Amino acid sequence: MKPFTYARPDDAPAAVAALTADPDARFLAGGTNLLDHLKLGVVEPSQLVDVNRVTSTEITELDDGGLRIGAGVANSDLAADERVRRDHPAVAAAVLAGASGQLRNMASTGGNLLQRTRCPYFADATTPCTKRDLSQACSAREGWARYHAILGASEHCIATHPSDLAVALVAVDAQVQVLGRDGARTVPVRDFHRLPGDDPTRDTVLEHGDLVTAVDLPAPTPAVRNSTYRKVRDRASYAFALVSVAAGLEVRDGVVADVRLALGGVAHKPWHATTAEAALRGQPATDDAFRAAIAAELEAAEAVESPLGGNAFKIPLVTGTVVSTLRALSGGTA
Amino acid sequence: MTTTIPLSITVDGEQRDLAVDPRTTLLDALRDRLGVTTPKKGCDHGQCGACTVLLDGRRVLSCLTLAVAKDGADVVTANGLGEQHPVSEAFLANDAFQCGFCTPGQVCSAVGALDEARRGMPSAATADLTGPVELDRAEIAERMSGNLCRCAAYVNIVTAVEEAATR
Repeated sequence: MKPFTYARPDDAPAAVAALTADPDARFLAGGTNLLDHLKLGVVEPSQLVDVNRVTSTEITELDDGGLRIGAGVANSDLAADERVRRDHPAVAAAVLAGASGQLRNMASTGGNLLQRTRCPYFADATTPCTKRDLSQACSAREGWARYHAILGASEHCIATHPSDLAVALVAVDAQVQVLGRDGARTVPVRDFHRLPGDDPTRDTVLEHGDLVTAVDLPAPTPAVRNSTYRKVRDRASYAFALVSVAAGLEVRDGVVADVRLALGGVAHKPWHATTAEAALRGQPATDDAFRAAIAAELEAAEAVESPLGGNAFKIPLVTGTVVSTLRALSGGTA
Repeated sequence: MTTTIPLSITVDGEQRDLAVDPRTTLLDALRDRLGVTTPKKGCDHGQCGACTVLLDGRRVLSCLTLAVAKDGADVVTANGLGEQHPVSEAFLANDAFQCGFCTPGQVCSAVGALDEARRGMPSAATADLTGPVELDRAEIAERMSGNLCRCAAYVNIVTAVEEAATR
């Protein structure tokens, strides 16, 4: 591991200033992803700026009925919060679907959003990867692409975003509070992560030195109160998603009054299924309508055909997972 | 040349002072600097759970923790829990291991998991997120999924944790 220095600033503005002054510095929060990457040589920072004592570990109620989750709130505490469990079940379920008990005790809310892809070529500094180095080619496209994107990929990168929490936050329309060199701003989580385009090195819209200080959950709507998270993976626990679905549904007189739908494991960012949502509103809450809506969303899907195993299976897997999740939320059998 | 940073942590009830290179993980500080070899280095990447310790009462992975960031922390290893601890006794009574390499991490993880369940914290196996936690075998397997056992003693590990939960 390349040597680095360690700093523990007293407040958030000082942490932002420390990063702003050093282009090779990184924030340290829970460290669960960063420590791994330091050991692998995926990142080689000059300095770690510890933000554990400058970000809030509290969940507080907002005037509009929403909740403000401090960026330092541990994943396990977020999932255990009674208000989150009651009013935002998809958020609690998504957190619990990720990682292990130990990791959820360590990982922070802010860091969860900022974790990097688990593409094996990104994590292996001996293989070419455009996300690590723009001058290199993508190894996944002709390689092991089982976990890779079917939506919104580019010729340079087919990586997926690994966060479960972020998928649920997209469904409930959470807002990310950011402190940067020019002050504080709010970024909707739906605009927070990027598609790879021609610069897959950037996962999010954040600039160097931007610090996530909190994540706000809006006041829950009936569809958000009736929400859940379903994750499909290669083993029953402690594995990343092949595909996942965060969904919320409000049905009135058999008709879809409101629906929230986001997909994980399918794209470089948590995928807000806006086409499917629009197709479903006002439609009868039936399997046929659910199936037609996700089919419309997946018209843009493009599977990776790779000699080491592609990911064409994800298209029917997403379809089945969405239909059964919405069916369960509408009162049917999952 | 990196300068070292002084820190003070409590390990199994004893205050220990040391100075570390910022790159030193808590696991390496415990094993290589303080001679506390109870937590094991399995994968060193947060995938196996062999390095699990209780940090300020919560189970964490010491291989993904920078020592320098934990100045003042209280660390308890399986050795600090001792053979008389109900979880240790349940592991012995139920043959919940073969080679034993993963056992210190399993025991610390089980102590943390039982505490989380007692405090009503849900898991992915909890059917009703707003309801009480009932520690059946599926709950225990889910809550212990961060600890791998390559001898595959899982069946007896679940039984041991199940028994310890009733003590």
